[in-house]
Amino acid sequence: MTDVLVVDDLDVTFALHDSEVKAVSDLDFSLAQGETLAVVGESGSGKSQAFLSIMGLLARNGKASGRAMMGDVNLIGLPPNELDRYRGKDIAMIFQDPMTSLNPTLKVKTQLAEVLVRHQGYDNEKANRAVVEMLERVGIPEPVKRANAYPHELSGGMRQRVMIAMALLCRPKILIADEPTTALDVTVQAQMLDLFKTLTHDFGTAMVLITHDLGVVAGIADRMMVMYGGRCVEKGPTDTLFYDPRHPYTLGLLHSTPHVAKRARRLDPIQGLPPSLEHLPRGCAFHPRCAFRFERCFEERPPLLPVEAVREKACWYQGELKYGEVA
Amino acid sequence: MFGYALRRVLTAIPIVLITITVCFFILRLAPGGPFDGERALPPDVMKNLRAHYNLDQPLLTQYLIYLGGVLRGDFGPSMVMEDFSVSRLISIGLPFTLMLGFSAFVVGTIGGMLAGAVAAVNQNKWPDYLLVAIVLVGIIIPNFLMANLVQLFFGVYLHWLPVGGYHPGSLIHLVLPIFILALPHGGRVARLVRGSMIEVLGTNYVRTARSKGLGTRLILARHALKPALLPVVSYLGPGLSYLLTGSLVVEQVFALPGIGKYFITAALNRDYGLVLGTTILYVFIILALNLIVDVLYAWLDPKVRYR
Repeated sequence: MTDVLVVDDLDVTFALHDSEVKAVSDLDFSLAQGETLAVVGESGSGKSQAFLSIMGLLARNGKASGRAMMGDVNLIGLPPNELDRYRGKDIAMIFQDPMTSLNPTLKVKTQLAEVLVRHQGYDNEKANRAVVEMLERVGIPEPVKRANAYPHELSGGMRQRVMIAMALLCRPKILIADEPTTALDVTVQAQMLDLFKTLTHDFGTAMVLITHDLGVVAGIADRMMVMYGGRCVEKGPTDTLFYDPRHPYTLGLLHSTPHVAKRARRLDPIQGLPPSLEHLPRGCAFHPRCAFRFERCFEERPPLLPVEAVREKACWYQGELKYGEVA
Repeated sequence: MFGYALRRVLTAIPIVLITITVCFFILRLAPGGPFDGERALPPDVMKNLRAHYNLDQPLLTQYLIYLGGVLRGDFGPSMVMEDFSVSRLISIGLPFTLMLGFSAFVVGTIGGMLAGAVAAVNQNKWPDYLLVAIVLVGIIIPNFLMANLVQLFFGVYLHWLPVGGYHPGSLIHLVLPIFILALPHGGRVARLVRGSMIEVLGTNYVRTARSKGLGTRLILARHALKPALLPVVSYLGPGLSYLLTGSLVVEQVFALPGIGKYFITAALNRDYGLVLGTTILYVFIILALNLIVDVLYAWLDPKVRYR
């Protein structure tokens, strides 16, 4: 399969008053056509900033360097007006909060149709027809009525469906979904994930799913990338990471996630707090919270190295990870 | 919406009535009267004058007579400028004041919006600093001082523009007065637009718009402007009524034939009828503008729906 996005050496830094904070460091990954990649990590792990930088949506004090190749185009460092040729057309993004991500002063159809007018050169009438079709496709009842509604007249789930419709209007090659279900009811979450699965499959769209919810990942992602302190610490096929995690952080995440099949027990949170990006620990960023650490972890940062053919991890510990040894 | 507007108009009636009542009695509380000049008038003349203007009647009767006149659209005579009714004086001065106020309003609002938007887009860069500085100067320096400064500079030193005066159709006489009136108004608008624009540009929905690749101009015009204007619109009503009713100083400084002149002299002369007439006019203007603003608000923010 061909890769639709190849990210290489991606760094994101934010200029603060008198210092710099590195939110993402040396990120490498690729995204194959039609696949779903889950990006998992705690708040502040850099997972959202990495993809906002690819979309050219960093805050004013943010700066990205490296490469994010979509075909022959490097999206990083492209001036906004050139980026606008691809954003919304070949690469689209869905945001966490559907309540605030739609413009409250514009009708739903206005906000959707403008994408088609801008990128496909449709006239308004043709765009409006396509909008209604797409709204129907994402499971919105009475699409004509909803198209003429304002966002505040729709429920949260409905608004997220509108966001999905908006992102998929041009049938993008890449869809980045940043915590798309976090703000929704659990019942609606499941519907939403089904919708993602169906639509990305139908359109052949590759999806990046940014989340901290491993339950979401299990149901939908082909591959998974775990981030900690701005770096990728482990990546590989979802199944192998779930059943045979090789990084202590991945292991900790799995054990802090509720599981229906297992007997109800108290959840085991990972001890300690995620590190502040301003004061990352020396050596491996995870070592203060790690039960498997040894001398080397305090001094040297482990590089991301292949474990098996399709897996990589960044950890010095090579022994077997056994749960329960966690302090 | 129509029902809402109608109800607003109806509720305005008691407000006008209350204003008339309060103003009428407060005016009478003030010492002196319209016929107190340098030299006391002979008692007979005074008596005749007072009888002519019903001033010898009990206060309540005078009030009812006046109110009855207002209801019939008659604001009575001016007690100082003989041969002129209040309505006549207003109809002479009002068109000019309205023209001046509206011109300054349009100039100031458009200029302020542009300045505010440019400053917001260039936040914390030199265009922003420059515009904020100009705006602050415009707001801080009182208009009678600013008026004298521009008269001195453009009128006396450079001879580009006339220092004052006006004759119908002479636009060049209006440049400086409009500028002076528009400056603080535009400054306030600019500050509001800058603030709300910066806020709106940081919202999630503007980020969504950027993620759609719409281009800066479309994002500003379609996605950012309307929500950014909300706080501005609520200022525009009071702002315009301030321009229409507050132009009296500027009219005085530039010797312009507006209504402000009458208002000031009427108050000084205890010209009861004329003071009341102009006050009622100002109340009307303010009420009407507030109503227009509320209706505009509903259009800008779909969440606001009046019933």
